[in-house]
Amino acid sequence: MFGLIVGIGVILLVVIIFTIFRILKLINVARSSNKKRVSSSNKVNATLMLAFLLGAAGLFTWYSVAEYDKYTIPIGSDHGIAVDEMFWITMLATGIVFIITQVLLFIFAYKYRYQEDKKALYYPDNSKLEVVWTVVPAIVLATLVFGGWKVWTDITSKAPEDAEVVEVMGYQFGWALRYPGEDGNLGNYDYRLIDAENMWGMDFTDKASFDDFTATELHIPKGKPILLKIRARDVLHSVYIPEFRLKQDAVPGMPTRFWFVPNKTTAEMKDELNNPDFEYNIFCAEVCGQGHFAMRLRIVVEEPEDYQAWKTTQKSWLQTKPDYLAKVPQNLKEVAIISSGMDNDKVKNSEANNL
Amino acid sequence: MATGNDQIYYQEGTEGQHVHEEEHHHGNFITTYIFSTDHKMIAKQYLFTGIMWAFLGGLLSIIFRLQLGFPGMDMSFLKPILGGWINETGNLDPTFYLALVTMHGTIMVFFVLTAGLSGTFSNYLIPLQIGARDMASGFMNMLSYWFFFLASMVMLYSLFIETGPAAGGWVVYPPLSALPQAIPGSGTGMTLWLVAMVFFIVSQLMGGINYISTVINLRTKGMSFSRLPLTIWSFFLTAIIGLLSFPVLFAGALLLVFDRSFGTSFYLSEIYIAGEALPNVGGSPLLYQHLFWFLGHPEVYIVLLPALGITSEVIATNARKPIFGYRAMVGSMIGITILSFVVWAHHMFVSGLNPFLGSIFMFLTLIIAVPSAVKVFNYLTTLWKGNLIFTPAMLFSIGLVSLFISGGLTGIFLGNAAIDIQLHDTYFVVAHFHLVMGSVSFFGLMAGVYHWFPKMYGRMMDNTLGYIHFWATFVGVYLVFFPMHYIGIAGFPRRYYSFTAFDPFNAFVDMNMFISVAAILTFGAQAIFAFNFFYSMFKGKKAPANPWRSNTLEWSTPRFPEHGNWPGAIPMVYRWPYDYSKPDAKEDFIPQYVPFSATPESNLPHEEDTYGIEMEGEETKKMDEPHAK
Ligand code: HEM
Ligand SMILES: [Cu+2]
Ligand SMILES: [Cu+2]
Repeated sequence: MFGLIVGIGVILLVVIIFTIFRILKLINVARSSNKKRVSSSNKVNATLMLAFLLGAAGLFTWYSVAEYDKYTIPIGSDHGIAVDEMFWITMLATGIVFIITQVLLFIFAYKYRYQEDKKALYYPDNSKLEVVWTVVPAIVLATLVFGGWKVWTDITSKAPEDAEVVEVMGYQFGWALRYPGEDGNLGNYDYRLIDAENMWGMDFTDKASFDDFTATELHIPKGKPILLKIRARDVLHSVYIPEFRLKQDAVPGMPTRFWFVPNKTTAEMKDELNNPDFEYNIFCAEVCGQGHFAMRLRIVVEEPEDYQAWKTTQKSWLQTKPDYLAKVPQNLKEVAIISSGMDNDKVKNSEANNL
Repeated sequence: MATGNDQIYYQEGTEGQHVHEEEHHHGNFITTYIFSTDHKMIAKQYLFTGIMWAFLGGLLSIIFRLQLGFPGMDMSFLKPILGGWINETGNLDPTFYLALVTMHGTIMVFFVLTAGLSGTFSNYLIPLQIGARDMASGFMNMLSYWFFFLASMVMLYSLFIETGPAAGGWVVYPPLSALPQAIPGSGTGMTLWLVAMVFFIVSQLMGGINYISTVINLRTKGMSFSRLPLTIWSFFLTAIIGLLSFPVLFAGALLLVFDRSFGTSFYLSEIYIAGEALPNVGGSPLLYQHLFWFLGHPEVYIVLLPALGITSEVIATNARKPIFGYRAMVGSMIGITILSFVVWAHHMFVSGLNPFLGSIFMFLTLIIAVPSAVKVFNYLTTLWKGNLIFTPAMLFSIGLVSLFISGGLTGIFLGNAAIDIQLHDTYFVVAHFHLVMGSVSFFGLMAGVYHWFPKMYGRMMDNTLGYIHFWATFVGVYLVFFPMHYIGIAGFPRRYYSFTAFDPFNAFVDMNMFISVAAILTFGAQAIFAFNFFYSMFKGKKAPANPWRSNTLEWSTPRFPEHGNWPGAIPMVYRWPYDYSKPDAKEDFIPQYVPFSATPESNLPHEEDTYGIEMEGEETKKMDEPHAK
């Protein structure tokens, strides 16, 4: 329906313009006798240039100031502070250039509009000026890049040894998580081992797999370095967490990583924003197909104690899918049962039976 | 300067060649209008095809803009055209949304702003402005157009097949683009995309070789490189960029064809999709990204440089002032040309690229901002103390400078790897490249059409309509693309079918609606142009010989130049193209074909020196026998 209205509007517009055009044509013919170099429309256009400058500057300033809170997003990670600082420094530098050059452009357009009695200045070059405006931008840019480079190398430096490791895997269309369990090591995986349940392709010939557990929400502790090990199962995806200033593509066949330190828990963020519905999320930032726009995974940032408490309640994947014990080599079965926590189950079960 | 013709001196020995050509080219309809080898006709063919594509590409964006601005709106009225892509509830299919975005991007970048812009103006202006009868190879030039036409037909056809056109974004990253299981568009649609692009690349290479060899070899006597109009410099450098970078895309596309059809694993590795583990191992999706962006980044300069060249010419002419810093302008274009090849990986900061390489590319990228800044300052100084005549072409050129500033500055954010972590693949990027690449090139195209229309069709376009078109487009473009910066800073990712699915992205519903309405109006305003263009072609005021009182050679040809361009011999060139408002000159312009000996009143000291050399050369030429009618 709306489209129809728009369509009619466009047609009307065309008709109106056409009519105006015919009228103007007739007027033009009527007074085409005076042969001036430029018509009065030159002045009109010059004035419009000025009007555009003022109008655009007004709108731009108004919106940028009035809606500041709406388009800026809170920062939830340590490096995010540095990224935003870089962003606003760049904004300042480019903003100054933006204002000066745009103002000059439109003012010149207005001021130097054609005048019969004037002649343009023949001014083909000026080496000094040109050197100045080559060198000055070069210096400003060098400063900006240097700042950016420092932030970038910090962010992409090696993760600290004690970082909490979580694996994030992108697939059509969602994110799957895997935690290393008590041993702190993620087990091997192989994409050929993937099936309907073992969507990670966890390899149970590797001891480190036994205690790995999975989750449907990304729990992470505040104030601790977190290392995301990122991979993709089918096509490219991109882990994107706006509040953490974090983005890293997930590439099939080539694991990537990103480490960071979250510095506000979900609860703190809710308070700060005065928004009880606030949640951290992973979004997908690389087009991956039909459900690209709907790939979301909730993140819970919590105090380290709460995180530890949550972690201890998690059961290893093997424990929840004991069928997969069959994939464990004979000589490791015992180990698997112990480190996956299955023996606890058994103990409990037998206790229950005994009662 | 009555006609100017009495002052033209002609290049020796070119007349015979012309007579010879004359015999060939009073051809029939087919050889004149269809399989023409005349660069002017080929240029018009490119222009027509480009305009057709521009409207189609724009229309696609309107459809997906409707979805973004009015999520979940009832699009049943589009069912007659889109058929099954509108589902039972009247909503746009999400995969078709991606297909629309992909086709829109491909069409706009390649078919409109590469072929439509370079194809039109390189073809039209190179021979006319350097004083040549035609391109180095008219036949190859014709082939170039027809390969482009073929590419166009294949791409157009792909819009109508059942599984839909390619849908992996205009960059068509594998594995998404390699696996039909991943998205329907990666089936036949993607095959057609690749076929079309292969034809397109062939067309570009044939065109480019021609542009380069023509500029190098066929310049008229006196037209040294330092006297080339900046338009020609820009077309020349653009062709070089294209010639060096398109083959790399070709290679990238070819490997993708292998992966898709012959089971190789250049880009594919460890993939489990649709319940099946594929056998491919060892490939790297990043390899494709490197190959793609090795063209992809230079490509933005392929669409940008011609627009800047056209603007330089239009601004100088209508400011009645020499372009400021001619040498710096040429130098910065050469700088951009070279640097454009070493910045490609700035599109890959978060792709999994080694962070050290990221640092290198960050430094290289910010260097390329310097020549761009120089160009802006030079435009501003050219306007300073000018005597500006606001023709529609001039308005579009000034608008272009404004858009170039706005769009260029945001590149400084994106070139900074640290900031790009946040902004990559958000609407900030969409805003950036639509301003700096889309709008700038589009404005360059428009400036060129308005400026050279009188030469192309012997008639004037209507100024008033031109003014309305400009203001509607200029205001519209800013209203559409500027707000996207805010949306991007707020974190909205691009290529999203809808933002309403999640709470955090629900914030800009009204803004998205606003953008969509602005886009529809801006698109609608292009009808004014279409009307003006076709109406003036037949009914416009007759164009005088040199309507803008310009210095370049094309305005010394007759109102309807035939194949061969000049009825007599080719004029010689004595000076640079920017002698506007020279002190003490009789007129405020001195065309390139006017010798210094004819303008003793305005010659500068160093020009007096060349005087003697000039006269020497002329003695051997029967200079007092001009061939003009
Ligand atoms: C009618 C005017 C135009 C409008 C309203 C428009 C709008 C848009 C929007 C909203 C997107 C992003 C869609 C998404 O990411 O979901 C887009 C993508 C794109 N547009 Fe435009 N655009 C216009 C003209 C142009 C022009 C002149 C160019 C030429 C450079 C262009 C090139 C592109 C490219 C390359 C993409 C990226 C496609 C992709 O993501 O694969 N657009 N356009
Ligand atoms: Cu995605
Ligand atoms: Cu680039």
